[in-house]
Amino acid sequence: MLKLKINDKEIEVEEGLTVLQACEAAGVEIPRFCYHERLSIAGNCRMCLVEMEKSPKPIASCAMPATDGMNIKTNTPLVEKARKGVMEFLLVNHPLDCPVCDQGGECDLQDQSMYYGLDKSRFKENKRYVSDKYMGPLIKTQMTRCIHCTRCIRFATEVAGVPELGAIGRGEDMQITTYLEKAMESELSANVVDLCPVGALTSKPYVFEARPWELKKTETIDVMDAVGSNIRVDSYGWEVKRVLPRNNDDINEEWISDKTRYACDGLKNQRLDTPYVKIDDQFKKITWKEAYDILTKKIANVLPDKIAGLTGDLTDMETMYIVKEFFEKTIKSPNLDCRSDHIYVDNSNRSNYIFNPTLNGIEQSDLVVIIGANPRFEATILNSRIRKSYLNNNLQIFSYGDVGNLTYPYKILPNDTSEIKSLVDGDSQLSKKIISAKKPIVILGQSFFKIKSAQTLFDQLNNFLKSNGKINNEWNSIGVISNHSATVGAYDLDLINNESSRNITLDKIQNNTNEILFLFGQDNLNFTKKNEFVVYIGTHGDKGAEMSDLILPGAAYTEKESHYTNLEGKLQKTYKASYPPGDALEDWEIVNKLSELIKRKKLFKNKNELIDSMINYLKLKKDKGSNTLEKSKNEFVNEKIAISEMDYYYSNVIARASKTMSECKNSLLKLMKTGTDG
Amino acid sequence: MSIKKISKYQPEKFEFNENNLKISKEIISKYPEGKQKSAVMSLLYLVQNQNQNWIPLAAMKYIAKLLHMPYIKVYEVATFYSMYNLTPVGKYFYQVCTTTPCMLRGAYKLVEACKEKISKNENEISEDGNCSWVEVECLGACVNAPMIQINENYYEDLSKDKLLKIIDETKNGKQPKPGSYKGRFNSAPETERTTLNNLKNA
Repeated sequence: MLKLKINDKEIEVEEGLTVLQACEAAGVEIPRFCYHERLSIAGNCRMCLVEMEKSPKPIASCAMPATDGMNIKTNTPLVEKARKGVMEFLLVNHPLDCPVCDQGGECDLQDQSMYYGLDKSRFKENKRYVSDKYMGPLIKTQMTRCIHCTRCIRFATEVAGVPELGAIGRGEDMQITTYLEKAMESELSANVVDLCPVGALTSKPYVFEARPWELKKTETIDVMDAVGSNIRVDSYGWEVKRVLPRNNDDINEEWISDKTRYACDGLKNQRLDTPYVKIDDQFKKITWKEAYDILTKKIANVLPDKIAGLTGDLTDMETMYIVKEFFEKTIKSPNLDCRSDHIYVDNSNRSNYIFNPTLNGIEQSDLVVIIGANPRFEATILNSRIRKSYLNNNLQIFSYGDVGNLTYPYKILPNDTSEIKSLVDGDSQLSKKIISAKKPIVILGQSFFKIKSAQTLFDQLNNFLKSNGKINNEWNSIGVISNHSATVGAYDLDLINNESSRNITLDKIQNNTNEILFLFGQDNLNFTKKNEFVVYIGTHGDKGAEMSDLILPGAAYTEKESHYTNLEGKLQKTYKASYPPGDALEDWEIVNKLSELIKRKKLFKNKNELIDSMINYLKLKKDKGSNTLEKSKNEFVNEKIAISEMDYYYSNVIARASKTMSECKNSLLKLMKTGTDG
Repeated sequence: MSIKKISKYQPEKFEFNENNLKISKEIISKYPEGKQKSAVMSLLYLVQNQNQNWIPLAAMKYIAKLLHMPYIKVYEVATFYSMYNLTPVGKYFYQVCTTTPCMLRGAYKLVEACKEKISKNENEISEDGNCSWVEVECLGACVNAPMIQINENYYEDLSKDKLLKIIDETKNGKQPKPGSYKGRFNSAPETERTTLNNLKNA
C-alpha cells in the first residue's frame, strides 16, 4: 500500500495506480478527455493536470504513477489556471455548434467548459476545418469537432482488435480516419460513439432524433445474443430511440455489440399489432375474441397428442414457463420443445449447457480450445474478453476449424470428429497441453452439438476433463456458447423432451403428424406445412408468421418485464421501457387467457404468481435435478464439424426487421466485393 | 502546413526491385525479433528512392504486408513526416529552404527563379515533366545560405542567376555539380581565412 496526500488528506492506495486513480479513491474528481479506465493511457489531452509538490510544473495525473509520499493538490489556483489554459486551447478549433450537435447534453467538453471554459474567445484567427470521414453505416463523423483524444483509435486497436482507425498528419492538422475511409469491420465499432468525449463521432441511425434529457431511460437486459449484456434503453413515448451499454464488470464491462445497440429500430418495423387469421391465403384482421374463439374450437376438436409447440430464440422465461404449464396442465400434450433443430443437450446437469468458467473466468484462463464455434459472431462480448485475456495473460488459443479472423491469433486444427476423439483419448498434443494448463477452457459451440456423435464425444470430453482435474469445485473447463438469449432459460425450465438425444417433437412436426402447431416467437423452423393449423404468437411478421394460420401479437423484450438467463447461467430481469403496439399483449397474458377459455381456469392469477412459481421451479430443479438422458447408444461417427456460418446482422427477428442491420450487412458485403483489405 | 494530399494517380502495384529487396531485408534484420515494425521509416525512404521520389498507396500496403502491420499504421507514418512525398514529384525535386537565415540572404529570389523556370506553384511538375519544387523549412546549411536541395544533394551560396543555370542544366538532363557556388570548400570562410592566428580579415 502507498501512502500519499491528496489536498492535505492522507490516503492509502494500492500499488500500481496512477495519481488520477488515487485522486478518485480520495473522492476528488479530475476532469479528463483522453483517459479511460479500460483503455491504455495516452496522456495527450492535458486536462487532468494537478499540482505535485517538488514538481516545477503541473503534472498529467492520468499518466503519472502514484508513489509513496506524494503530495498532490487539485484545488489550487495554479491547477485551475492550468486547466483553464488547456481548455482554451481545446476550444480554439472546436466549433460553436452545440445547438446542432447530437452530443449536446451528454458532452464531456460541454460539461467541463461550464467550469473551466472562458466566456469569450481570444482567438481571432480562422478555425481549422476538417473534412468528415466515412466510417461505415453506424458512425456519423463531424471531424471539425475532434479534440484528438485518440480514445477511438485505442479502442479499435486494443479492445475491438481491428487496427483500422488511425491518426494521419500531425499537430493541429492531425485527423482521425480509417484507412482510406472504409467502414470499420468490427462488431463492436459503435462503442467509439460512447467513447468520443465530444460530438466528433456520433450515432448515425440516431442522428437528430432526440436530446438526452427528453428520453425515458430504462435499465434493462439485451437479448440479441446469449451474453445478456446490460443495457439502458432510451425511449421517447412508444418508440425506442437508442440502446446504450450499462457498466457490468461481470458481463459486458461497458461495451455492447453493434447488433445490441442498433437492432432497436427493428422494434418499429414489421410489428404485429393485432390478431390476424389466414383466409384463402390472405391475412385478415380480427379481434382478440374472434381469435380466441377460432383457437379454442380448434383445440377442442383435436387430440392433445396432435398438438405441438416450439418456443423461439427471444422468448422470455415467463412465457416459456407458462407455455410449459399450458402444455402440461391445460392441453396435456408432451410435444413441446425449445429447439428448432436436432441439437443434443442433456439438461439434467446445469453444467452441461452453460458457460461454466464464466466471462470473468476467461481472464484467469491460460488455454482456450474452441470447438465448433465462432465466438466473434456468436457471442461478441465473450470474444472481446478472450482478446483481452490474450493481450494481458498471453492466453493460448486453439480452434478446431478455421473460423476466420477472431481479432486474435489462434492455431487452427482440422475440424474432424476424429481429431476430437484423439483429444479426449489423451493422444493428441493438445490433450497434454490441456492437462498441464492451470485453468483451461473448452469452448463448445452449437455446431458441436449438432454433429451425430455429439453425445458420445461430449461425455468423453467430460470424463477426460474430470479425470484430469479440470472439472472440480473451483473450475469447470466446459464453456458452452449458446446462440440465443432464450436457450439457457429454456433448458433450465426443462422445455425439452429428454427421452432421447434427438429432438422428438421436431421429428413429429417435420413428419406432419400434428394438427395444431404453436410457434411462440419461433422463426427458424424448417418444415413444409401440410394440413396443420399453425398458430404464431410473437412480435414480428417474419418466417413464422408467414406460414401461420392464426397470428396473435405479442410483446418484444423492451415492452415487458421478464427474465432471461444468459449463457453463464445468470438470471437477469428486463424492465419495461415501452409498451406493446396496438392490440398486442404480453405473451404470458395470451396463454393465460387461452387456458382460461379452455379450462375455465386461469393458470396464474397474475404475473407475480407466475414469477414466484417459476423461481420456485428453478429452485426445486437445482435441489433435485431432472431426469438424465439414457447413456449414449450413439456411437462415434467420423465426420466434419460444420461450423454453421452465422448471419450476424440477421440472426433474429428484430435484427431482420431493422434497417440499420440491413445497411450494416450491405456495407460488409460491399467491403468483401471490392476486396479493399487487399 | 496542412495535411498531405494523396495523389489521385495511383499505380496498381508496387514491389521492391531485387537490389532494394536485399537492402530491405538487411534493414529489417537490424531490429530484434518482434520489433520489425521499426523498419517502416527506412523502408518508406527506400520506396521513395526506387519510385521517382514518391510513395504510392500500393507501396504502403506492400510495406505493411512485409512488416505484418496494419495499413493504417504505415499510412500514419507516411502522412506524419514531411519528407515523404505522397504525390508524384519531378525527377529533379527542388526543395528551397525559406527559413530565416536563408530568407535573409535572399531565398525568395530563388523561389522566384523556380516559379519562372519550373512551375507557377509548389508541387507542380514542370511542363517537360523533369522538375518540381517545394518550399521547405531549415535544411541545416545556414552557413551557406541561401541554399536548395535537389534530390540528395545540396546546392549552396546561390543567387537567382546561378539557380536559373542549374535549372537549365537539369532540364537538359545533366546532373549539376553539388556544393557551394561561391567556390569555397564546404562552409569554409569566404575570405580564405582558416585559422584564428591571422586577425587581418576578422
